[in-house]
Amino acid sequence: MALAEFKGIDKIFGPFVMLPFIEGVGYDDVVEVFGSDGAPRRGRAVMISDKATLIQVFKGVEGLVPDNTKVRFEGRGLEISLSPSILGRAFNGLGEPIDGCGPVLGGMRRDINGSAINPVARVYPHDFICTGISVIDTLMTLIRGQKLPIFSGDGLPHNKLAIQIAAQSRLVGVENFAVVFAGIGIRHDDAATFVNSLSLSRSEGNLVLFQNLADDPVIERIATPRMALTVAEYLAFELEKHVLVIITDMTSYCEALRELSIAKGEIPSRKGYPAYLYSDLATLYERAGVVKGRSGSVTMLPILTMPNDDITHPIPDLTGFITEGQIVLSRALDAQGIYPPIDPLPSLSRLMKDGIGKGFTREDHPSLSSQLFAAYSRDQDVKALADVVGKDELSEVDKTYLNFGESFESTFINQGKDEDRDIGDSLDKGWDLLSMLPVTELTRIKSEDIEKYLKKK
Amino acid sequence: MKNVTGEIERTGKITAINGMIVRAREVSNFGMREMVYVSDKGLLGEIIRMESDEALIQVYEETSGVKVGEPVTGTGRALSIALGPGLLGAFLDGIGRPLSRLYENEGVFLARGTRTDNIDMNKSWRVTPKVAVGESVSEGKILLAIPETPLVEHRVMVPRGVEGTVEYIAPTGYAKTSDVIARIRTVSGKVAPVRMFQLWGVRTPRPYSKRLLPDEPLITGQRVIDGLFPISKGGVAAIPGGFGTGKTVTQHQLAKWSDAQIVVYVGCGERGNEMTQVLEEFPVLEDPRTKRPLMERTILIANTSNMPVAAREASIYTGITIAEFYRDMGYDVAMMADSTSRWAEALREISGRLEEIPAEEGFPAYLPTRLAEFYERAGKVVTLGDERGSISVIGAVSPPGGDFTEPVTRHTKRFIRAFWALDANLAHSRHFPAISWMDSYSEYGEEVRDWYETNIDINWGRLREEARRLLAEDDSIQQTIRLMGEDVLPDSQKLIAYTASLLKNAYLQQNSFTDDSFCTPEKGIAIMRMIMSFYLQAKRLVSGGCPLSIIRKMKELDELVHVREISAQNLDAFSDLAKRLEVQLETVGRERLATHHDYEEGGF
Repeated sequence: MALAEFKGIDKIFGPFVMLPFIEGVGYDDVVEVFGSDGAPRRGRAVMISDKATLIQVFKGVEGLVPDNTKVRFEGRGLEISLSPSILGRAFNGLGEPIDGCGPVLGGMRRDINGSAINPVARVYPHDFICTGISVIDTLMTLIRGQKLPIFSGDGLPHNKLAIQIAAQSRLVGVENFAVVFAGIGIRHDDAATFVNSLSLSRSEGNLVLFQNLADDPVIERIATPRMALTVAEYLAFELEKHVLVIITDMTSYCEALRELSIAKGEIPSRKGYPAYLYSDLATLYERAGVVKGRSGSVTMLPILTMPNDDITHPIPDLTGFITEGQIVLSRALDAQGIYPPIDPLPSLSRLMKDGIGKGFTREDHPSLSSQLFAAYSRDQDVKALADVVGKDELSEVDKTYLNFGESFESTFINQGKDEDRDIGDSLDKGWDLLSMLPVTELTRIKSEDIEKYLKKK
Repeated sequence: MKNVTGEIERTGKITAINGMIVRAREVSNFGMREMVYVSDKGLLGEIIRMESDEALIQVYEETSGVKVGEPVTGTGRALSIALGPGLLGAFLDGIGRPLSRLYENEGVFLARGTRTDNIDMNKSWRVTPKVAVGESVSEGKILLAIPETPLVEHRVMVPRGVEGTVEYIAPTGYAKTSDVIARIRTVSGKVAPVRMFQLWGVRTPRPYSKRLLPDEPLITGQRVIDGLFPISKGGVAAIPGGFGTGKTVTQHQLAKWSDAQIVVYVGCGERGNEMTQVLEEFPVLEDPRTKRPLMERTILIANTSNMPVAAREASIYTGITIAEFYRDMGYDVAMMADSTSRWAEALREISGRLEEIPAEEGFPAYLPTRLAEFYERAGKVVTLGDERGSISVIGAVSPPGGDFTEPVTRHTKRFIRAFWALDANLAHSRHFPAISWMDSYSEYGEEVRDWYETNIDINWGRLREEARRLLAEDDSIQQTIRLMGEDVLPDSQKLIAYTASLLKNAYLQQNSFTDDSFCTPEKGIAIMRMIMSFYLQAKRLVSGGCPLSIIRKMKELDELVHVREISAQNLDAFSDLAKRLEVQLETVGRERLATHHDYEEGGF
């Protein structure tokens, strides 16, 4: 339903076309641009005034001829069709079906930008998700409704880890569980791995896929995560499912945003990224959560590759300021053949403290994890020292830390790619490791818990 | 066209939209900084620049769908909030709208263009007059008292610019928020009606009579702060730290346990779940001093990171204005701003949309000015009504990449006097609060010393200095240890490293999820005294030739490491352990130094 049509454009630059003022176009409205081939290309109005209208075209501006281009305005924002039949479907980055099953029928249309959740309407998340991975469950527990990114680097097994988490996560009521996967700028073979593994481990009917591949239009990437999250919110808050959203790779998203910002001539901030990168990312990440009166939840597991493994790069840095913790992969552990190569020290789950301990996992969990962190941190210091003075020069206590560190990495962090460990097992493994240290070193654990759980040698 | 209040309605026309900045024409009769309604959607905005007949408007709500040609309507006042009873326990957004009422009316997601008063105008309150008819009063004088919560007496004050004699004052009984509760005949003969609430523009600081020196500590219940880097009532502090270092947990701890009478907590561009956590916890948690729910003294303001950026910029001002209002009633107010960096980034975003020439890292050149204006609204004052009140401001700073040399941290340091630097390495080894004892400082240490030495412990200042010196010595010893290992050190240095580790484990660390979450100053000083006395005594033994390894085997030291688990109520347990430690050290000393009995008794 066209609200207005217009022929002829003034200017084409970057991903933008500039038109004269057109009555009735709203800011951020969807626009369809028709080149001489007659095929519609979707775009949106990113700046409007009484003199000009600036349209950002998702599919790119190649082949547009100023005199011969028609523009149609729809008078609404970018939307996606939603209905229960969306489960099991696959879409491209702009929400167009790629599985040959035609459009999603019988549902409602929803603006993909969504609206902010009123903080009063939120329920503070505290339901523990058992991922079956010791180091995550014990030291950086995932909570239903949390946004916990994986900070990775090129060539590290972040995809495997995400798939393992999706496959093993035991959320109450499996039939209520759904996975929404958004691939942004990913390689064809990565996309295929995800599709195959996720379809195998979950019945296909619980999966919704969005794929913007590496060679797809870059500007589409701005829309892809918003499409996925709109679907996730619908599944969680209307169909009351527990939804796990995996988004990979957020770095491609941020780069698309930068490209757009620079093309628009905006003043860049750090490393050329726009000043609003934080706010923009927040409008994505903050869509995770649990709300009052609905039994569903949106848990988010975004993956980002840190450029040059640099955690202070604006993308991981700003992400870390918004998300509720991070899982950091380490190249050094990966080189030692340890899987998953999760470095516990910079990793963190902010929601963990309220989802573990008595009544959630086990009473000894909080102090045990604190002690494991402290001990592993000490081991890293001792290791650095040993590199300088040699192992022999270390004190007796320091030597026990070295042994602790080795076992911690090889038996606690390290586990099989489809090994699924129960939380009780993981905690017991933790106590086994602590028993290698002198009792006087266990300053983080209450004396009574030491009595109760520590196995005497 | 006239609006409901009978004024001629002034409207302009929108000519351009770019994100949160809207341009409008035919607005020459609008005021600078006037609050306006934008478009048919009724979005709230504020005029931030006038150019001949065009105005630039900062819009506090999302502008998608707004069209050129839609109207802009003036309200005739600056961005303001209603200050009156009912603010305590409230949860407001950045421009003062009550989020709980929005939730009741609109559901889970925030809608646009809603207009609600920030306090309930129809609520009935029990009032008690504090002045009599015929009394002469001036601005800031307290007219009425209202029990706003069981914890706080709300005091209705003479509004701005009113001075004269009381002609009418509401009698003891009930009155509604919107009622006229007093009439004052001014010198010029006019009668000014006074309502229970007053509107105040958030960007205008509320006046006071004079400033006082902040010489009384704000007790925070956090040992590292109260003992090493204290803050005064009326003081300003900053907590900078990269992500995951515990800024928000520290802010929450201060909001929970500090001995301010009123707490204003501003969640500025941070996580939604963090605000929800406060909202779920504070009505349940008890204030350790009054045993009343914390929510009865708390006002929450939240503009989470996904809410409109322009309102994030305003949220800091909304918060400090409410803080000033309660200060004027004579209360000690603490305001937490988490995080001022997000606020500075909102300034940057708006400035970018205005195409202003940026200074450092894209921030506008007026960033330091804005920071100074904000922090200077803190302080301990004599109010216009001759009460004593204070505002302490604690601002979190989120430096990109944890780099403290970035503009926001650097400029903030110029305007604050206590700096609690969070250290990523401490956080990684889960040493919390991760406040670095080397990088932090407090200029209030000397100012509050008298108070502590009079009220808590005569040796407070000395202990603090000794502990800081020891930690500093340990820092350089640790560098040697990192290079050569501990074994090469002489026992005297090993003792310093060992005592420092006692301080770190038993004193500086504090688990915010156990009973140790709040520590009284008495318990804090007891632990510190015990460790420092041990040090002095052990130092004499070591210098007399007693090997440290023997001292370290004392089982009392294991107890000392766990001493913070003992409840503050049980102060006897602390003196008992201190005594046993002393006796045991003496025994060790006697055994080793049977022939050298010449060391002096002494200590803290």
